[in-house]
Amino acid sequence: MEDMKLIADHLVFQYDKSRSDARRALDDVSFVLHKGEFVGLIGHTGSGKSTLVQHLNALIRPDSGSIYYEGADIYEKDYDRKALRGKVGLVFQYPEYQLFEETVLSEVIYGPVNMGMDKKDAELAAYDAIRRVGLEEECIDQSPFDLSGGQKRRVAIASVLAMDPEILVLDEPTAGLDPAGRSELLEMIKELKEKEGITIVLVSHSMDDVAEAADRIIVMDKGRIIYDDVPVRVFEHINELEEMGLAAPQMSYLLRDLKKAGFPVNTDIITLKDAREEILKVLS
Amino acid sequence: MKKKNKDKQPSILKKASSFLSIRNLKYEYIRRDEENNVEGITTAVDDVSFDVKAGEFIAVLGHNGSGKSTLAKHINAILFPEEGEVILDGMDTKDEEKLLDIRRTAGMVFQNPDNQIIGQVVDEDVAFGPENMGVPTAEIAQRVEESLKTLGMWEFRNASPNRLSGGQKQRVSIASVIAMHPKCIILDEPTAMLDPRGRYEVIRAARALNEVEGITVILITHYMEEVIHAHRVLVMDKGKVKMEGTPREIFSRVEELKRMRLTVPQITELAWELKKEGLPLSDGILTREELVRELTEYKHRKG
Repeated sequence: MEDMKLIADHLVFQYDKSRSDARRALDDVSFVLHKGEFVGLIGHTGSGKSTLVQHLNALIRPDSGSIYYEGADIYEKDYDRKALRGKVGLVFQYPEYQLFEETVLSEVIYGPVNMGMDKKDAELAAYDAIRRVGLEEECIDQSPFDLSGGQKRRVAIASVLAMDPEILVLDEPTAGLDPAGRSELLEMIKELKEKEGITIVLVSHSMDDVAEAADRIIVMDKGRIIYDDVPVRVFEHINELEEMGLAAPQMSYLLRDLKKAGFPVNTDIITLKDAREEILKVLS
Repeated sequence: MKKKNKDKQPSILKKASSFLSIRNLKYEYIRRDEENNVEGITTAVDDVSFDVKAGEFIAVLGHNGSGKSTLAKHINAILFPEEGEVILDGMDTKDEEKLLDIRRTAGMVFQNPDNQIIGQVVDEDVAFGPENMGVPTAEIAQRVEESLKTLGMWEFRNASPNRLSGGQKQRVSIASVIAMHPKCIILDEPTAMLDPRGRYEVIRAARALNEVEGITVILITHYMEEVIHAHRVLVMDKGKVKMEGTPREIFSRVEELKRMRLTVPQITELAWELKKEGLPLSDGILTREELVRELTEYKHRKG
């Protein structure tokens, strides 16, 4: 199919290879990422999310299985993995701690220059990336360390965007931000998908955030994919999710409580906006 | 628990005198450029005064950079007031001779579960604090057992910390503080890096320490849902305490909070939006139970 960007095919990975009975960090993981999708990846700490994410641009090599990017096996001997790291951009947790350059500009051009882009083009890409993450152009000559927490994080995202990725993978991008910072950043990520068609993989511990933003949710537990479906279908499994250390969005719980209390509400609702409409509808 | 009294503080708190007293606290730091030239001055904490009674559960909210953490670090003498004073359990934090007593009275737990644990084994880590304080060996074992049991981590006493989940690691960090028998514990965004179960475990532990052990809790957080059980909420903005009140009072002021880059719990926000659409709901609804109850009453009245 034309729009299949990336195929993960039966990935198996074990950190401790000395013991064949050691737990697998990834245990037969397969899925397809399509162009322009917004995928939420959820699972408790240690469920395998971060290990999986590091396979997506070949930072880790699986023990068996493979990943195909636009039809080509990324673990083939001659595959250009350096170029792949531009196409599949990874934003790690707390990326602001990895900022090191003196100015925002030199920080953001670092990636593209490293990929072989000439300085002039890299600077154009940097200005463009700064704008796309919603930072003011004036900040370009500032030291990244003088920016606020939320702005630093945007600089880190801009430095990945400047490499013009087709898939952007973000590991807990909103952790530690204040409520406004969280919703602004989530909006910005949604815009990258909506306006530019970038495929997004959002690793998150916030069920409310993925319910709000994702078109599809992949749930991991003990190195396996347990659910891979649209958000409302995934969040039907409240009990199973709780057993895995996860939860459902707050609105799922509320709508279920309302139903129990005798309101004829649809319980397939996971966002605040839909909950408001549904409650107003049944009470009118 | 009687529902009616949910918002009221236990009467014992009203009689108690101030455990922590912060008066006109001001803290500035100088920003310097690469060549060490002064670029400007940032006032992180700007003339803050408030009191905390022994046994209170206080939550502190505020946007990134609002001064919450700087304020918290003054309580157990990690930072010292430049202007104003901080009196903790009768001790002035500027009194160098009292430094150890101050740190023993108020323990602190930070955001990252991975850089607070030093021991190779859980019980070693918890023993570390009391050992440093010179607690006799026999008593150390007892304190380790008590604190791990209080935090529900006793069964993991022989585990290696790197085998634990984030929530479990944070509970070990809290147990390590509790083993020093503090009167107060300060939690600075303890759940920011945790998954839903980890968040639940840590907040439940903090509430239990407060309700069962009577320990004063100061919780700094960006998650509004974690605040609804606090006795009192302080809201910081640009170094100042801008609001103070019960969770219900604070979360009734939705628009003001949003202007300060904060929000309200999702249930409160939904109730607020439904009210704007004309439903007769109370301000500051905090829980699902309250919202379902009010909607049910409205439905019955409407017939």
